[in-house]
Amino acid sequence: MATLIKERRVVHESALSPEARVIRVEPGDDLASVAQELARATRVEVSFPKFGDGRGFSIARLLRGRYGYQGELRAVGHITRDHLYYLERVGFDAFELRQGEDAAEALAAFSTFSAAYQRA
Amino acid sequence: MYVYDHVDQRLVEERVAQFRDQTRRFLDGKLSEDEFRALRLRNGLYIQRYAPMLRIAIPYGLLSSRQLRKLAHVARKYDRGYGHFSTRQNLQLNWPRLQDVPEILAELATVQMHAIQTSGNCIRNVTTDHFAGIAPDEIVDSFVWCEIIRQWSTFHPEFSFLPRKFKIAVNGAAADRAATFVHDIGLHALRNDAGDVGFRVIVGGGLGRTPLLGQVIREFLPWPHLLTYLEAILRVYNRYGRRDNIHKARIKILLKDRGVDRFRDEVEAEWAHLRGGAATLSAEDVRRIESRFVQPQYSALDAVQPIGGPGFAAWAKRNVHGHKVPGYAAVTLSLKKTGVPPGDVTSEQMEAIAGLAERYSFGELRVSHEQNLILAHVRQADLPTLWREARELGLATPNIGLLTNIIACPGGDFCALANAKSIPVAEAIQQRFDDLDYLHDIGELDLNISGCMNACGHHHVGHIGILGVDKNGEEWYQIEIGGNQGETQPGAKPALGRVIGPSFARADVPQVIEKLVACYLERRDSEAERFVDVVHRIGLEPFKESVYGNAHQRAASRSRERALA
Repeated sequence: MATLIKERRVVHESALSPEARVIRVEPGDDLASVAQELARATRVEVSFPKFGDGRGFSIARLLRGRYGYQGELRAVGHITRDHLYYLERVGFDAFELRQGEDAAEALAAFSTFSAAYQRA
Repeated sequence: MYVYDHVDQRLVEERVAQFRDQTRRFLDGKLSEDEFRALRLRNGLYIQRYAPMLRIAIPYGLLSSRQLRKLAHVARKYDRGYGHFSTRQNLQLNWPRLQDVPEILAELATVQMHAIQTSGNCIRNVTTDHFAGIAPDEIVDSFVWCEIIRQWSTFHPEFSFLPRKFKIAVNGAAADRAATFVHDIGLHALRNDAGDVGFRVIVGGGLGRTPLLGQVIREFLPWPHLLTYLEAILRVYNRYGRRDNIHKARIKILLKDRGVDRFRDEVEAEWAHLRGGAATLSAEDVRRIESRFVQPQYSALDAVQPIGGPGFAAWAKRNVHGHKVPGYAAVTLSLKKTGVPPGDVTSEQMEAIAGLAERYSFGELRVSHEQNLILAHVRQADLPTLWREARELGLATPNIGLLTNIIACPGGDFCALANAKSIPVAEAIQQRFDDLDYLHDIGELDLNISGCMNACGHHHVGHIGILGVDKNGEEWYQIEIGGNQGETQPGAKPALGRVIGPSFARADVPQVIEKLVACYLERRDSEAERFVDVVHRIGLEPFKESVYGNAHQRAASRSRERALA
C-alpha cells in the first residue's frame, strides 16, 4: 500500500463511494478527450510511470490552466519526495508516493525552496 | 558581473541542503542508483572512468576573480590541484570524492556559485558570446538576457524532467559568437525596422551522434514575449519529445520527425494560450536584472596603439580584441599552450589569473566556449605589461583563432564514454605546428577534437574536426572538414563538417592535418580566404586527393586492402 499525501498531510484513503468518478490520465493521452469529463470527476490521477518521466508536469499545468480543473489532482506512480516541490507548483494537491518512501519525512520537501523565480 | 540578492543566495543554499539530504539518503540505501543518478546529475555530478566528475556552473561564462580564487581553493583541497574549462563555459573537476560534493557545493555557495542544472535532463547553463557587453558590434548585452533565462529556467517546475538535456544559447551581437545554430534553442538578438529589439528563434540544432543545424521558427520575437515563447517550445518538447530511446530524445529529433512547419504550428498554437501571461516581461523586469550587474567604471581614455617587439605584435594580433569603449581592449588568455590539455588550469594559475583580472580588468573574467579565459576590459596602454605577465604564466600563446587553439573534450584519459583519447592528439598536432610564422600564415582555422560521437569537442563544427572511433578495440581517428560554428563573420554560414574518408591511426593524424593545410595553402585565392572558405568553394575532392591520392589511386588501394583481407 503506497502512502498518500493530501494538502501537505499524510492521509489514509477511505473507500470510494460507488458514485465516485476517478479519471486516470496517462502521459501520452490526448487531453481534449478527457476535458468534458472533468466537471464531474471526483479526482484526476496523472500517472508518472518512471522517475524521470516529466510529461505529467505539463499535463497538470494544462488541466489547471487551460481546462480549468479545480478538483483533486493526484500524482501517482514513481513519485519520491524529490518531485514534491515541483509537483505542487504545477498544480497537484495529492501525491501517492512510491513504495518505501516515508511520507512523514517527505513532507519537508514541500519547503525545499523558500522562493521561486517563476511567477507561475 | 551579476551580484546575488538575498533570494539568489538563499536558493543556492537551499539547493546545497537538498543535495546533502539526497546524498545521505543514497548512501543510506533509501534512493536507488537510478533515482540518485537523475538527482546527482542535475547537480553536475557524474561517475566517471576513474572517479566522479563535478561540473561547476559558470553562468554564461561570467566569473569574478573572487570566484576564481575559490575554484582554485576547491580544486586544491578536494581535487588534484587543477580544473578543466569546458566548451559549455563551465569548470570540471575530475577527481572529487562523492561524499565531499555537498561540502564543495557549500563552499561554492559562499561565493555565489553552484552546480545547478549543469547536467541531467533539464535546462542547462545558458551560454553566450564571450564578448557580451563590450563588442563593437553589440545589439544588446546578452548577459542580461542570459540571466533572465537563468532565473526562469532554475528549478522550473514544469521543465525539470525533460526527455533529455536542453541547451540554450543567446547571441547579442551582429556576429554569431555563441554558435546559435547548434543548440536546442538559439536566440539571436536583432532590431526590426522600427528599432525594437527582438530575437530570431532557432530550434533543433545540436551536435552529438546526429548532428543537425537548427532551423529558424520565428524571424523576430519581440523581447517581452521571450519567456512565454520559450515555455511554448519547452511544453511541446516535454509532451512529445521521445523518451523511449536516449539517442532520439533531443528536441532536434522531434523537429526533424515533425518537420519544421508542423513543429512551428504546434509551438505557435501553444503560445497563443501563453502569450501575454504571467511570464511576459516588462521593461521594469529587464531593468531590474540589468541593475544587478555591476558595470566597470571606465575612464575617459584616448585610443592608443601600444608598440612592442615582434612577440608582442604577434600576440596583439591574435589575442587582443576590439572593445566598444575607446582606449580599452579585450584580451584572451590562451589555455592552449602546447603540452597542456586544452582548457586545463592549475590552482596556482587560477590564482595568478585572478590577480591579472584584479589588476587589469576590474576583477572580471569570462570563459569562452573555445576553452580560453578573457579579460574583457583592459586599458590599451596596459597591454604590453599584461602581455609580459601573461607570458610568464604560460598564458600568452598567440594562437587565438589559429590551428593550435584546439577545442578538445577530456577524452579517453578521463571520460567513461570516450572511444579514444583526445589530449595526446591535440598535443601532437600542436607540436607539428609549432612554427609561429607558419601558423600565422595559415590564418584562421578552428580545429576541434572529440573522443567519441557524443561530440563534446564540437568536431562537427571545426573547420577541421577529428573524431575518435573504436575499431576492434583500437583507437582510430576520423577526419571531417568544412564545419563552421556560425556566422562569426559576414557570409560564413554555419555548417557541419563532412568526413573525408577512412580513419587514421593516432600517429598519422598530424601528418594528415599537414597535407590538408598544404592543399589549402596551394588553393587559397588570398590570405583573406580561410581554410573553411576554400573547402566551401572547391569542395572535398582536392582535399581527399591530397590525403588519399586521386580517385584511381584510392580505388586501387581499396582493392589491395580487399585482397589482403
